[in-house]
Amino acid sequence: MELQTVKFYQTGTFTVGNRLLAEDERSVQANTERTNSLNSGHRACQGCGEALGARYAIDAAMRATNNQIIAVNATGCLEVFSTPYPETSWQIPWIHSLFGNAAAVASGVVAAMRVTGKTDIRVIAQGGDGGTTDIGFGCLSGMFERNDDVLYLCYDNEAYMNTGVQRSSATPPAARTATTPAIGPDPGNVAGTGKNVPLIAMAHNIPYVATASVANLRDLEFKVTKAMGIHGARYIHIHVPCPLGWGSAPADTIRIARLAVESGLFPLFEAEHGEVTGRTPIRQRVPVDEYLKLQKRFAHLFGKEPDTARIAQVQATADRNIARFGLLGD
Amino acid sequence: MRKQIEGSRAVAEAIALSRPQVICAYPITPQTHIVEGLGEMVKAGELTNCEFINVESEFAALSVAIGASAAGARAYTATSSQGLLFMAEAVYNAAGLGLPIVMTIGNRAIGAPINIWNDHSDSMSMRDAGWIQLFAETNQEALDLHIQAFRLAEELSLPVMVCMDGFILTHAYERVDVPSQEQVDAYLPPYEPRQVLDTGNPVSIGAMVGPEAFMEVRYLAHHKQLRALQLIPQLSALYKQQFGRDSGGLIRSYRTEGAETIVVSLGSVNGTVQEVIDDMRDAGTAIGSVGICSFRPFPLAALRDVLQHAKRVVVLEKCFAVGLGGIVSDGVRNSLSGIQLKGYTVVAGLGGRSITKASLRQLFEDAGADELEQMTFLDLNADVVSHELERETHTRRTGPTAEAILRRLGTVGSQVG
Repeated sequence: MELQTVKFYQTGTFTVGNRLLAEDERSVQANTERTNSLNSGHRACQGCGEALGARYAIDAAMRATNNQIIAVNATGCLEVFSTPYPETSWQIPWIHSLFGNAAAVASGVVAAMRVTGKTDIRVIAQGGDGGTTDIGFGCLSGMFERNDDVLYLCYDNEAYMNTGVQRSSATPPAARTATTPAIGPDPGNVAGTGKNVPLIAMAHNIPYVATASVANLRDLEFKVTKAMGIHGARYIHIHVPCPLGWGSAPADTIRIARLAVESGLFPLFEAEHGEVTGRTPIRQRVPVDEYLKLQKRFAHLFGKEPDTARIAQVQATADRNIARFGLLGD
Repeated sequence: MRKQIEGSRAVAEAIALSRPQVICAYPITPQTHIVEGLGEMVKAGELTNCEFINVESEFAALSVAIGASAAGARAYTATSSQGLLFMAEAVYNAAGLGLPIVMTIGNRAIGAPINIWNDHSDSMSMRDAGWIQLFAETNQEALDLHIQAFRLAEELSLPVMVCMDGFILTHAYERVDVPSQEQVDAYLPPYEPRQVLDTGNPVSIGAMVGPEAFMEVRYLAHHKQLRALQLIPQLSALYKQQFGRDSGGLIRSYRTEGAETIVVSLGSVNGTVQEVIDDMRDAGTAIGSVGICSFRPFPLAALRDVLQHAKRVVVLEKCFAVGLGGIVSDGVRNSLSGIQLKGYTVVAGLGGRSITKASLRQLFEDAGADELEQMTFLDLNADVVSHELERETHTRRTGPTAEAILRRLGTVGSQVG
């Protein structure tokens, strides 16, 4: 028989099909016995990155803890689309209190577990970027600083999507939102100094910080699993494209998330006790244009006369990330 | 056991005896000594099986308590003034979720201008948040009310605020009778939550409710408060039976038999009011008083019973609704619906202004002669107010009003610079 080329990766990705792996190496989602913690029937939009990220993250956490998980949810898309009473997509004990207090409520749940001797039950807090990097930031920092045994998952779709796409501190420069319209001499979001919450989390010296993307779900599962093997405050910041807010095709969610990673705009890394311990190298570097062009929120950068200056600014951010985290590998 | 201790310490000991499992602490004057005391007890190993958590804000303090309570732990925190406002969103949330958290309010004014002294503006700002609000008259009652509060909260699945006057009670050293652990255990059974975050039986707590059910949910919150109107006197009677002391209940009447004038007040000022009433009774005046212990639920029927035979009611309140008038008097008027009876609102003691026996006596005599305005501010310095108003008519940039008033008063600080 002649030598045949075997394709291990799906076209355009570097994802190895589960069928090529040994059973114990397969993804959580590949298992028909998976918990489906966020069950079908919820009201997320087509192509919602957050719904995908949440299901993978919580299912992975469930497997890592023998299904002993309590989740605290900040107000936001995830809370609203998953639950209006009497329906709920959550197959786990779940509480929503307020927009800005998920981390603190989770600290309270952990304290209750400790004091009642149920330390095998683990606690996750989750919210969007608004509930995490803006209004919930005080409670988040407090939970980190006390090193409470909580895994906080931030699903970052870079704006307040639940209220109709308004700017948050995670909205990138130049992006159009309802409160940063694409008009005037500097259309879209201001180019501020940015607010990198994973790095701020690291500044608390907590045991584990990671970034993840729905473009790399095995990596997301791996990081959540790893985080559940650690006690103390942990933080995973997950990049989740929002077709509605970003003006992108629902079918492009994974593609856009991947371009964010491959351009260097969303670096994937891990840190333990304040030091970066791992990064996911970029496999095929792409210019930021490829990422920006697929999203209507950046359309004003590509008019009759492309806004080369601002595109160059975005590229400079990507370049800096690549240098800072060593994303091109050795 | 009888002890000569600070009010805050008495409350800390009452909380410790109530076997709290999670205590959240954030400092704000004048409640701070309470959580300091509890923190010490936990650190020293005197209070065991209890998590003491220092948090980064009052908003976090109540949020941690919400998480703990929803996960099945008996939770406690304390705050005052700005702290209560900072946690306002969580205050409503705890009630809406039906979590039996107990919280002490060391009552203090609300700024601006910033003021650390006592009045009731803070608790009153949260009067419609859905919590039960009990006001203590003495340090002994503050201690007793906290033990009753846990039982009440857990029977109803509703949070309870125990309000005690900042400094006047929190910082006063008085003799209090601290019950034994056996006594408290006999009164307060372990916490059995109605809803709990349980991996064996997962539920979603706190999800959205639309117009089709929201009214009913809110009505049931009101209904719980109406049930509390029955339960509060029952628990108070049971407390008396087991501890031998009158504490709590809805209202407390004092020398109201045949009284033509009845003074209504909340908290520690009731003690001063009673002394003035004794003096006036000795002088032959038919006057009595009512202390409201339960402000939420508001005891409409109990008040009506005691007030309806009087000729006039003087409501003495350490708070007011700016632009309207009395807050307590609003409720009192409600309780007297359909009954013709003169009602006076007296705002007193704001920001820690002393309420003296002499001022009260004059006030009650004026009321008895029906020479009071319908709403008065006790011991208001009319000169300084009219001077400030006059100044405002001809000067645009008047600067900070509070500073101008202090300069006009000629306080020591105003002599400098």
